[in-house]
Amino acid sequence: MTARMDQRFADLKAEGRPALVTYFMGGDPDYQTSLDIMKALPRAGADIIELGMPFSDPMADGPAIQMAGRRALDAGQTLSKTIDLARAFRETDQKTPIVLMGYYNPIYRYGVERFLDDALEAGIDGLIVVDLPPEMDDELCLPALAKDVNFIRLATPTTDAKRLPMVLRNTSGFVYYVSMNGITGSALPDPSGIGEAVTRIKQHTDLPVCVGFGVKTAEHARRIGMAADGVVVGTAIVNQIANTLDAQGRASADTVESVATLVRGLSTGVRTARLDAAE
Amino acid sequence: MNQLLKPNSFRAGPDEDGRFGIFGGRFVAETLMPLILDLQDHWTNAKTDPAFKQELDWLNTHYIGRPSPLYFAERMTAELGGAKIYFKRDELNHTGSHKINNCVGQILLAKRMGKTRIIAETGAGQHGVATATVAARFNLPCIVYMGATDIERQAPNVFRMKLLGAEVRPVTSGNGTLKDAMNEALRDWVTNVDSTYYLIGTAAGPHPYPEMVRDFQSVIGRETREQMQEREGRLPDMLVAAVGGGSNAIGLFHPFLDDPTVQIVGVEAGGKGLDTNEHCASLTAGAPGVLHGNRTYLLQDRDGQIEEGHSISAGLDYPGIGPEHSWLKDSGRVDYVAITDREALEAFQFLTRVEGIIPALEPSHALAEVMKRAPKMDKDQIIIMNLCGRGDKDVFTAAKALGVEL
Repeated sequence: MTARMDQRFADLKAEGRPALVTYFMGGDPDYQTSLDIMKALPRAGADIIELGMPFSDPMADGPAIQMAGRRALDAGQTLSKTIDLARAFRETDQKTPIVLMGYYNPIYRYGVERFLDDALEAGIDGLIVVDLPPEMDDELCLPALAKDVNFIRLATPTTDAKRLPMVLRNTSGFVYYVSMNGITGSALPDPSGIGEAVTRIKQHTDLPVCVGFGVKTAEHARRIGMAADGVVVGTAIVNQIANTLDAQGRASADTVESVATLVRGLSTGVRTARLDAAE
Repeated sequence: MNQLLKPNSFRAGPDEDGRFGIFGGRFVAETLMPLILDLQDHWTNAKTDPAFKQELDWLNTHYIGRPSPLYFAERMTAELGGAKIYFKRDELNHTGSHKINNCVGQILLAKRMGKTRIIAETGAGQHGVATATVAARFNLPCIVYMGATDIERQAPNVFRMKLLGAEVRPVTSGNGTLKDAMNEALRDWVTNVDSTYYLIGTAAGPHPYPEMVRDFQSVIGRETREQMQEREGRLPDMLVAAVGGGSNAIGLFHPFLDDPTVQIVGVEAGGKGLDTNEHCASLTAGAPGVLHGNRTYLLQDRDGQIEEGHSISAGLDYPGIGPEHSWLKDSGRVDYVAITDREALEAFQFLTRVEGIIPALEPSHALAEVMKRAPKMDKDQIIIMNLCGRGDKDVFTAAKALGVEL
């Protein structure tokens, strides 16, 4: 539903700081561990959760998220179980918005209407579907908006001024600015250009603009947070999970805590961003 | 599943959004969308530009060696004892398959767009070789993504690509086959959008690729029509072609789609049999889904995860199919059937001995279907099969399958 997301950004505005948006892959390395990770994220300072839906052919993702998806699928994750994760999370947290992120085919196969009903009922607030550009809005975007589910669009450096209004037209919740051309997990680009891009997008929309791709440390988060309404961190979290697994790819005693430690650090970054920007 | 009304023409698609019925479309990341639209603009301009056509025609004639012959397979016809069998001999093209038809067209477009770097995916290596060939001819750097498994089973083509100056990048994700190579090429493209032209090898992917590749390959069917008129003074009764991604098949079929007397048959890779999981018959055993930029029939599980195909022929080892074939299947215009590895291998040997032509394993699938159908047809009926590739590249695979050590 859209109200939870709007409320979260309103609260953050009142607090005067950007959002920390954290991505992890549902079911990586197994269902229970990823539920524990999900529950640990808000406690560690995450404001919005992007819950990855694993797909066999993640064409826009780098090796880290590809492998996370593989681990999740090997452990038996399905779209239905990813929705279950959200439902289980909602039993103890009614405030943190959840955005499902992934590719269209598993949703198409599940059935769009049934998917939207189940996602809403599980307490999911928005969708990011990488391979559905505005030209394909009839597929999922418009049905989602009709049911009060946010459809969050990606804007990229190739999205020129001519295209931007079209990209923003049916976007809701927030705009996800992908700060470079490429796949997830690439290097952090020059942050000065990011400020300009965010300003450019904001000329066309009142929605919050969150920026991702390449954010790995608290310092990155702070620098991007100075220019944006939110900072998205994905690959760094997924790598943190991968680094704690044993040789068979199973979770260890450290897995959840080590993600929480990383997120606490990133959270410090976003919490100091505006103070520094004001100086 | 999607019952369509019978259209006025089977040759009118795609619509302006790139759809053939419910199939096709542009399911790509936002980063690629402006490029795809730019490509579409250039393609729209090029296809009506006489200078573009003139250059393409010249290369078709003098570089590829078109028109390819329409060959009456007299001995095979006699052996099978039914319909007259003709081969459209696209295996005689420069580089040994139909793939070059499309590569020549797309490289001209890449030049027009001012692109300075070419990428491609390849399965059997035929498209990789054809791309490396045109990249050499037009002096553009070329990177070919190829699954690690395919690199192993198609070593001669890997060497050819390297000789031609291309860099062959092994892809180890997934099963290391064509689908994984295509994922990796898309990742490269999304990273190098400004400089790079993605030269897709089959009539699949986001619009306008399925239409564009079909149009470049349709030279096969147009020539076939003319040659058949000259030779027999009439239309054929049946067309047969192998379908992996489906480019050679759509190239032959498209100019005949509105001729109701011409029966059309597409032959998929049945691998070890449709009752096993080891096949690539996305049309006969798959379900509609979205992958690699288009909606089409795919091999996938109940959760929408794409499954790995299997075929003795690396060129058919793809879990999807061009979207126009999906539409032709649902509209009932074309029949799609599957042929197993074993049947294809038998046909491969049969043609070699009876006509002195070593076919690639891909058209050997079409041939096996011809061998089933021709004996049941009248002697005054005519089948045309697209002999889309030569078998030099497959002799090692065939030897291994036949238990011969080279």
